[in-house]
Amino acid sequence: MAEKMLVSGNEAVALAAFDCGVLRGTGYPGTPSSEILDEFSKLGGTAEWAPNEKVALEVAIGVAFARGRSLVTMKHVGLNVAADPLFTIAYCGTPGGLVIISADDPGMASSQNEQDNRRYAIAAGIPMLEPADSQQCYDFLCRAFTLSEQYRCPVLFRLTTRVCHSQCVIERRRNAAPAPAVKYEKDVKANVMIPAFARIAHHKLRAKLADIAAMNDSGDLVFETAGNTDLGIIATGISAMHAREAAPEASLLQIGLTYPLPMGRIRAFAAKVKRCFVIEEGDPVLADACRAAGIAVESKDEMFRFGELNVGRVRRMLNHDLSPEPVRPAGKPPQLCVGCPHRRTYEVLRDNQCIVAGDIGCYTLGVLPPFEAVDTCVCMGASITTGLGLRHALPEAEARRVVSVIGDSTFLHTGINGIVEMVYNRPATGHVVIILDNSITAMTGMQENPSTGRKLDHTPAPKVVIEDVVKAIGVDHVDICDPTLDREGFETILKQRLASNDLSVIIARRCCLIAAAKVRSYETAAKEEK
Amino acid sequence: MEKVINVTAAGLGGQGVLKITDILAEMLFEAGYDVKKSEVHGMSQRGGSVSSEVRFGKQVFSPMVPEGESDYLVVLDETQVEVNRYKLRDGGVLIAPADVPVDQLANKKALNILLLGALSRHFDFPEEQWLAHIHRHLPAKLHADNDAAFRLGRA
Repeated sequence: MAEKMLVSGNEAVALAAFDCGVLRGTGYPGTPSSEILDEFSKLGGTAEWAPNEKVALEVAIGVAFARGRSLVTMKHVGLNVAADPLFTIAYCGTPGGLVIISADDPGMASSQNEQDNRRYAIAAGIPMLEPADSQQCYDFLCRAFTLSEQYRCPVLFRLTTRVCHSQCVIERRRNAAPAPAVKYEKDVKANVMIPAFARIAHHKLRAKLADIAAMNDSGDLVFETAGNTDLGIIATGISAMHAREAAPEASLLQIGLTYPLPMGRIRAFAAKVKRCFVIEEGDPVLADACRAAGIAVESKDEMFRFGELNVGRVRRMLNHDLSPEPVRPAGKPPQLCVGCPHRRTYEVLRDNQCIVAGDIGCYTLGVLPPFEAVDTCVCMGASITTGLGLRHALPEAEARRVVSVIGDSTFLHTGINGIVEMVYNRPATGHVVIILDNSITAMTGMQENPSTGRKLDHTPAPKVVIEDVVKAIGVDHVDICDPTLDREGFETILKQRLASNDLSVIIARRCCLIAAAKVRSYETAAKEEK
Repeated sequence: MEKVINVTAAGLGGQGVLKITDILAEMLFEAGYDVKKSEVHGMSQRGGSVSSEVRFGKQVFSPMVPEGESDYLVVLDETQVEVNRYKLRDGGVLIAPADVPVDQLANKKALNILLLGALSRHFDFPEEQWLAHIHRHLPAKLHADNDAAFRLGRA
């Protein structure tokens, strides 16, 4: 008998992954995807935090080459980091089921952009599934593995913030197709992408996508809700839920497998209704595809490309209501916690008029009052490298004020490459990098990373020692300090390093205040285990 | 019951906004309703505005309460009342700290449960059922304080 549960989309994905016998889950934390691997691990699944998304995807590809089922999780911008293996694994395909979660953030609840990763499915030629609620998260994930195995292709699984974090009632069906046994078969034409093999593989990929499109036209991943023939709505993901509420009388075609599209089904649906309207969040991907196929559809006005959709906005879209949307009072923004170890560091940077190249993490909040200390923030790892560019370009007096600020997890993600660049292409004035080491991946909810000495499930692991890494790469000075306890000591070193032409890394180390109690409990548990 | 009932809880990070919607959603789910609960938990930092929504009925589609359609708005911090008022429907019920005997709270951290007690007066569930769900979401050492807070709000 199916078990009923009230779970978030992320929890439903984890349950399905566990019920499908996923051999290994890999990923890098990123809101709104972060809870999936933690939940999968708590259920008894094997999961790891990789240093970054490219690494996570490549490990998962290896598992799938061994015919194991693998799941990779990341936020939308993480897929940019993993894009290199993504495009080529589409050519290779894998004998094992490989599902890649892209958790997009329309409206940017906690992200630096609202890119629409449906574009990746089209660009790379990878089938994409988009669930609308927790039940579909569960059902579609199980289906994604059979789809991946049947067509020997990776599958992209696109979630959005609301789907990830909303709780809905699901039935846990536990009837997933059993995972095949691990087996290695050498197949160089499929797995070694030298040009001679890749040319053939590209043709095979396009043929595969044509087969999947044909299957989608008659398959189990398109859902039609009968309604009147005056208005027909074609929708994907959570937009389908908003649409059912905004226009309950309309006919609805929800597309679950959104690439390659079921154009035959769409054409037939559009022909049945007087007015056919595409409701989609983000870019007009579906509307453009319908029009390119010669299907006349109405779609949203440009103002609704921005931000998250909801029932009210869908009502306005259907009416082409272009009046300005009401501006609601801003709530209180989040801030660096009282007692946060980053606070003192930022005070010193502010008081010394530093030009601060920042990075992605809690410490991005240093841009807000009372610190207003962060000058730039682009993407993971960019603090060190953009800081170097500023050093190269600015006149000496200003170049000397440039400091790069990066967290421990972000440093290990893609910051290391910046240190290599710094040593290799040294600016004339040297450079100062401050690693804000609060010994946890804090912003996304206190996940472990390679420098914490603990695995994803908080049990002991070998530790990557940040100071040893930067020394080995060849920087001139590595200083470790705690600005919370010794502001003066930190400020003295900083001034000294800024005045020199040396390459300097200052590690400001103090455990995150919120994580400290948890870290103590993990350490106690590890001792008791011994 | 065809109509979907919408409950919004709002306050500041660290006040236990999500705790009361967790308790409410779980209780409604176990009572057999279709339930959806939605909030954006982005950054884990404390102190920012937090808002969480529970919708229940025979069938719920969107997990988000349409603007101005909350039947109940529970606000844990007075500074957040005006910020969230637009979410309430005409004739909807606002429950804020000014409406409950906050000064009688033995443990000030139980404010969220005090307000949940005030909200509970609008629902047809017996006190024991509420308390059983509250206990599931809180450590045993806090049960006595929170039971008292709930009864104070419900009285």
